[in-house]
Amino acid sequence: MDKLPDILGSLPYLLEGALLTLAITVLALISGFVIGLPLALLRVYGRKPAATLAAAYSTVLRGLPSLVVLFILFYGMAAVVKLPAFLAGCVALGFCSSAYQMELLRGAIQSVGPGQMMAARALGMSQLQAIIHIILPQALRLAIPSWSNEAAVVLKDSSLVYAVGLAELLRRSQQVAARTYQSFIVYSLCALIYFAMTFLANRGLDHAERALRLPTPLEETAH
Amino acid sequence: MSNAIVRVENLHKAYGDTEVLKGVNLEVDEGEVLVVIGPSGTGKSTMLRCINLLTRPDQGRVWVAGDEITAPHADVNQIRERVGMVFQDFNLFSHLTAEGNVMVALTKVKKMSKDEARKLAMFELERVGLSDKAQLYPAQLSGGQKQRVAIARALAMDPSVMLFDEPTSALDPELIGEVLEVMKKLAREGMTMIVVTHEMGFAREVSTRMIFMEHGVIAEQGPTQQLFYNPQHPRTREFLGKITELYGHEQGEA
Repeated sequence: MDKLPDILGSLPYLLEGALLTLAITVLALISGFVIGLPLALLRVYGRKPAATLAAAYSTVLRGLPSLVVLFILFYGMAAVVKLPAFLAGCVALGFCSSAYQMELLRGAIQSVGPGQMMAARALGMSQLQAIIHIILPQALRLAIPSWSNEAAVVLKDSSLVYAVGLAELLRRSQQVAARTYQSFIVYSLCALIYFAMTFLANRGLDHAERALRLPTPLEETAH
Repeated sequence: MSNAIVRVENLHKAYGDTEVLKGVNLEVDEGEVLVVIGPSGTGKSTMLRCINLLTRPDQGRVWVAGDEITAPHADVNQIRERVGMVFQDFNLFSHLTAEGNVMVALTKVKKMSKDEARKLAMFELERVGLSDKAQLYPAQLSGGQKQRVAIARALAMDPSVMLFDEPTSALDPELIGEVLEVMKKLAREGMTMIVVTHEMGFAREVSTRMIFMEHGVIAEQGPTQQLFYNPQHPRTREFLGKITELYGHEQGEA
């Protein structure tokens, strides 16, 4: 237990790592969404070749381990472009996540009834207007629970970037553990930080889901 | 060219091997209230959907207020604005309030300001007797109220013609009356309407002309009185008999 002060002294160091973990996660999630959403729309509303292409993209990427994608981007491409580790990490996780986000968004879009699109078109909206103003506001609400799940997955997968030398939470935990010889305590602390981040992210999204939830029939809300 | 509001010429539509429409010709003049009857699966809804091109016909041409919507470079969205459509299952936008449902196409399609759109939305909701429900979401409305909002939403676009696709078929019997009332009021105000319905009381009271569709063609058409009391086609007679048996009795008070 004499190592405890030393470990506690490393806490800021670990938390800095957690910040990097968080940065990578957020950037990967955002880029995954930015790529995944148009692909999901193409998959649902696109002409045959575009829809097939989108489906192929998702099938291929979901079939690859994130770590392999990361290694291809970081080491494999090094001869052509030398990507900084941070960028490679965000891009790799972003690509992988985009395939999953595409699928979950596709599911959400498809669960908005076809009548919504029909009614919007009947009012003279273009397909794009209908998607933006009618379909997506409903689909994105429906997507929050699975998106929350995906956020947790990406947060945990972000630990993979330690393999390209980024000093994120896991990497730093390893360093502290090696220095203090207190693997159990240090990794438990690391686990606790990961858990806290996942937990808070999910709680936040649960909250968002509730706040954005559409009113239910009157008789059910009257209690 | 005639001054018909809707003109349909030789409409054909098939889904796979099933020919739903086999050459429908139709003209609807301003102020007419046309009721379309016929057994299910005979292309009544498909015909309505071809008029605003929600369904693209395989063959045939459609004009709305003089513009051909089936023309190769027609501005379909713009022509659609002139065709109001009311669906069997309402299709209200579930993320918007009643007011929002009426407003959304006004602001996004007609590019009205929010204030203008809100004013018009309230006027249209008032017209269907629902101004007090403006802030409620579809899930908080009864079926009849939903359908009246849907009618208000279509009316707000100031259409030349209103299409009703079995507007009361998804409603509980006690909610049908309020929707029919709104439709009757519209008819009295001179709105051109094409209504697919089994509500014979409504047909008898407000329609000016009826058509009987069967097997993808118009089997018989004529002024309401004639089709009702003196149908020529034996199938029309049979169908009317059946439908009156089913729906006929509660019509008086609707």
